[in-house]
Amino acid sequence: MPPATLKVFRGQAAQGDFREYRVDVDEGMVVLDVIHRIQATQAPDLACRWNCKAGKCGSCSAEVNGKPRLMCMTRMDIFEPGETISVAPIRTFPLIRDLVTDVSYNYVKAREVPPLRLRPPDADGKYRMMQEDVDRPQEFHKCIECFLCQDVCHVIRDHEEHKPAFAGPRFFIKIAGLDMHPLDTLNRTEFVRRQAGIGLCNITKCCTEVCPEHIHITDNGIIPMKERMADDFDPIVWLLRKFRGGRPEPA
Amino acid sequence: MARVMTPPRPPIAAAHLRNDAWWALPVTVVIVLGSFIVYSTWAALQNAHYFAPPYLSPFYSPCLSSRCLHMTFGYGLPDVQLPIIGVLSPAFLILWGPGLFRLTCYYYRKAYYRSFWLAPPACAVRDVKRRYTGETRVPLLLQNFHRYTWYVAVIFIVLLTWDAILALRFPAPGGGTQLGIGVGTLVMWANVILLAGYTFSCHSCRHVCGGHVDVFSRARTRYRAWHVLSRLNERHPVFAWLSLFSVGVTDLYIRLVSMGVIRDLRIL
Amino acid sequence: MAKPEYETHEHDVIVIGAGGAGLRAAIEAAAQGVSVGLICKSLLGKAHTVMAEGGIAAAMGNVWPEDNWQVHFRDTMRGGKMLNNWRMAQLHAQEAPDRVLELERFGALFDRTKDGLISQRDFGGHRYARLAHVGDRTGLEMIRTLQYHAIHQGIDVYMECKVERLLKDGDRVAGAFGYWRNTGQFVMFKAKAVVLATGGIGKAWKITSNSWEYTGDGHATALWAGADLIDMEFVQFHPTGMVWPPSVRGILVTESVRGDGGTLKNNQGERFMFNYIPEFFKGETADNIEEAERWYADKKNNRRTPDLLPRDEVARAINSEVKAGRGSPHGGVFLDICTRRPADYIRKRLPSMYHQFKELANVDITREPMEVGPTCHYVMGGVRVDADSTQATVAGLFAAGEVAGGMHGSNRLGGNSLSDLLVFGRRAGLHAALYAKNLGGTVTIDRAEVESVARAALEPFSRSGGENPYAIQAELQETMHTLVGIIRTEAEMRQALAKIETLKERARKVRVEGGRVYNPGWHIALDLQSLLTVAECTTLAALERKESRGGHTRDDHPYTDDTWGKVNVVLRLRDGRVQVSREPLPEMPAELRALFQERK
Repeated sequence: MPPATLKVFRGQAAQGDFREYRVDVDEGMVVLDVIHRIQATQAPDLACRWNCKAGKCGSCSAEVNGKPRLMCMTRMDIFEPGETISVAPIRTFPLIRDLVTDVSYNYVKAREVPPLRLRPPDADGKYRMMQEDVDRPQEFHKCIECFLCQDVCHVIRDHEEHKPAFAGPRFFIKIAGLDMHPLDTLNRTEFVRRQAGIGLCNITKCCTEVCPEHIHITDNGIIPMKERMADDFDPIVWLLRKFRGGRPEPA
Repeated sequence: MARVMTPPRPPIAAAHLRNDAWWALPVTVVIVLGSFIVYSTWAALQNAHYFAPPYLSPFYSPCLSSRCLHMTFGYGLPDVQLPIIGVLSPAFLILWGPGLFRLTCYYYRKAYYRSFWLAPPACAVRDVKRRYTGETRVPLLLQNFHRYTWYVAVIFIVLLTWDAILALRFPAPGGGTQLGIGVGTLVMWANVILLAGYTFSCHSCRHVCGGHVDVFSRARTRYRAWHVLSRLNERHPVFAWLSLFSVGVTDLYIRLVSMGVIRDLRIL
Repeated sequence: MAKPEYETHEHDVIVIGAGGAGLRAAIEAAAQGVSVGLICKSLLGKAHTVMAEGGIAAAMGNVWPEDNWQVHFRDTMRGGKMLNNWRMAQLHAQEAPDRVLELERFGALFDRTKDGLISQRDFGGHRYARLAHVGDRTGLEMIRTLQYHAIHQGIDVYMECKVERLLKDGDRVAGAFGYWRNTGQFVMFKAKAVVLATGGIGKAWKITSNSWEYTGDGHATALWAGADLIDMEFVQFHPTGMVWPPSVRGILVTESVRGDGGTLKNNQGERFMFNYIPEFFKGETADNIEEAERWYADKKNNRRTPDLLPRDEVARAINSEVKAGRGSPHGGVFLDICTRRPADYIRKRLPSMYHQFKELANVDITREPMEVGPTCHYVMGGVRVDADSTQATVAGLFAAGEVAGGMHGSNRLGGNSLSDLLVFGRRAGLHAALYAKNLGGTVTIDRAEVESVARAALEPFSRSGGENPYAIQAELQETMHTLVGIIRTEAEMRQALAKIETLKERARKVRVEGGRVYNPGWHIALDLQSLLTVAECTTLAALERKESRGGHTRDDHPYTDDTWGKVNVVLRLRDGRVQVSREPLPEMPAELRALFQERK
């Protein structure tokens, strides 16, 4: 393959700019390989996070040609020969250095989600769940926490002021996964409305588009949570609940 | 020009770094959706040419005027015309139902928030407006009542199915009716099937019919319903567009037949 | 030079490493009511545990009621060629089912059986289908579950923080000293007890399934702090890593592919594993294709397919096939599941393998076979610990998971790692907390020692000339790969030792560009110390053991020797040099020995 030209963001805190590198590329290489080659040969201090290099840990998130992606899963042969490829840090979070940003926002939000509240076990002390009970929340458990959905979500990407009151797509599916957990007894609709700010989401689906695990964040997570919230204001549902017994109490 | 972000963000001024044709999709949506809105408003204002026996335009269904009474009822049943009909096109009494269903639809919301609101115009492309409150305030807060518009939309599916059944009964040469199929019949059936596809692939429908259950193994019927509807739901955007076209095409076809521009071909 | 500055944090217990073992230890310690600090080199939830794909081995008997801890214990010991610490293997087999159920109560969602219990799958070396799993992403489920449980237990988490040295107060451990990767600033942790859960050493080899983190920090810091290491010669090469394209060489292909019906073939289309059944496993392995095929459905009346022999056997077999010229185009062998299972089944059971091959290698595993070859995966050896308490030979130092030695003997069975993390992670957390509670008072730190470590860490910035740390790391990986790989000889290992000596010398002169803020060049320069130390330890131990067993194969001593089956090779640092000694294995009690006589 011909050598590639990469425009990589280099900078720290409030300063920085793109710098061009020309790199040899071998067959089958991904963007992360090229970044590593730049580190080994041209810029040993080029900062980037990575771990598994197989799309399983979600560490190497960046914006390649403006699109949020995992560098380890972005093959070099998808680009036009001669194209200059831009590699930028995920822009929604504060810069630490080069391609590394401070993603602590996500760890703060993680802590706010009310954890599992377990129902009592069956009479013999075991918990039974059928495959169809776990299929739906299992999809959300595939999340590798690459935070690309958080990065692309315009609610916080373009409106910093919403960060305190908005949990973001990753945590909407976390909440959905708990709410749909067959052993859970907690109702999180109040939380998702008030603390997690689901109303700020206008379901424009960019989170789903960038998810490397192909989780249907919007259709299977956010919209069902919005619907569960609407249940609380639906007189028909209210009547039905009176009739056949209600949902768990709010947090 | 770059908006002031909190200082520690990566200092990249550009509103986006995408080099693909990200604008193509929103532009297409604006053109297609815009054309439909213009056409449907125009068609609704016409208050004419919406009935070409036995076909009734979906914009004007259910029939609220004696002008569109099907021959099954001998054209001569009591006149149910409401006083207001003479002044206002009946389409305006009707279209709010399906209109609101589409307006609050989760898929259309995505489409028009991106294309018309430009919030965001495309993924990782900066919102055009500075201020953004999402769906937290009236009127957008009311989007959450999509479910009620779905209840209404289901009624319309019943009505349109009835219309499509009536479209199988043509005037008989010696008076009365006879069974038949014309191109218009096929158009109306295709339309009602696509509309049903759209209506039953709705996210609210999926939730109401089974998605609200936490432990599926204890609610087998609702699980099966949810399972089927989930499959359908994956195609919701496709149904949304196809049914939009089919409604427009059905109205146009009946309008042109009624105006005598084209002749409806009888197949049977 | 000015005195280097550092911040100080104080806890009863600090846990170094936040993979499965570290998280489980921290949770258990916090449950004992002591103050816990959890330190991890990466972000929380990124540890190598996420890469574990197959499952957690636990004899729950949900699929095969015949299964019980004795069978699991026996499988584990036989898989480790009887070199395991019997007590650890026993505790592991006994406690694993409880640990899995506990994970479920923390919120994990395993795949289910028809009765609604946790489903279990087949894996190499396990007599019964025993691995609790979630598709092929069990490790992810485990780490996410533990992570989200841990964040509500009042544990202080220190992310992207690397520990350089363990600190001591006299003979006992007193804390750790390191730096923040984010800022490059130093940080000191005072603690009464330290739990090491730092994982392995795979980054010392070129073709490896391990990430940058696996630089043997725990092994090295424990050794420097005076603790014994055992079994360091046993390095597991996972038989199935990707081989093509070159940039993904070594990335793991889960054993579940074989557990779920995949078979290994050479370029003649031959299922060559039938030619490599060792004497030791003849009794339980099918010697013809018909029986192997029947085994998938009927495990009671048929013997296991040789595709699922323990990993060391399969890795050696693949190695031999490739050397004999019967390999695949890119120097591996074929792993075929596409002709044996329907596409839907493959996508449902092995979703991440499907994506991994599709996206990284343009291979659709539902239509084509995979090309696979051995990749460095796991070190059986590690810190020598007391089986019940996980305490190392230094007071106050505990170790669990891959960094601890003894549990797996000379070879680990697939699925026994995740269960090891849970069983001994919990024990480490519990006993560290109890130790800290009993200790009372406070520990004191030698500030001068701390400052000298800090100064040494900063030296690479001020050197002129000197070398790029990346080059030294690459040379070490190449050396270990060619000279201390799957098949070893004395001559090559002597060569490796000499090479490591020169690399150590060069590492002392390494130069780093740029500043202290998130500087990967500097991080690699610092990691070189532990990487070189563990490379040396493995080579020394491998030289010492003059036989072939499990994850240690000597071309010059190709047979397993019973006298070597009774000793561990122990390494300890004395006067700045690594000493090697042979020490007897703990004696297995008669009632457990009987388990091996019942069926031969």
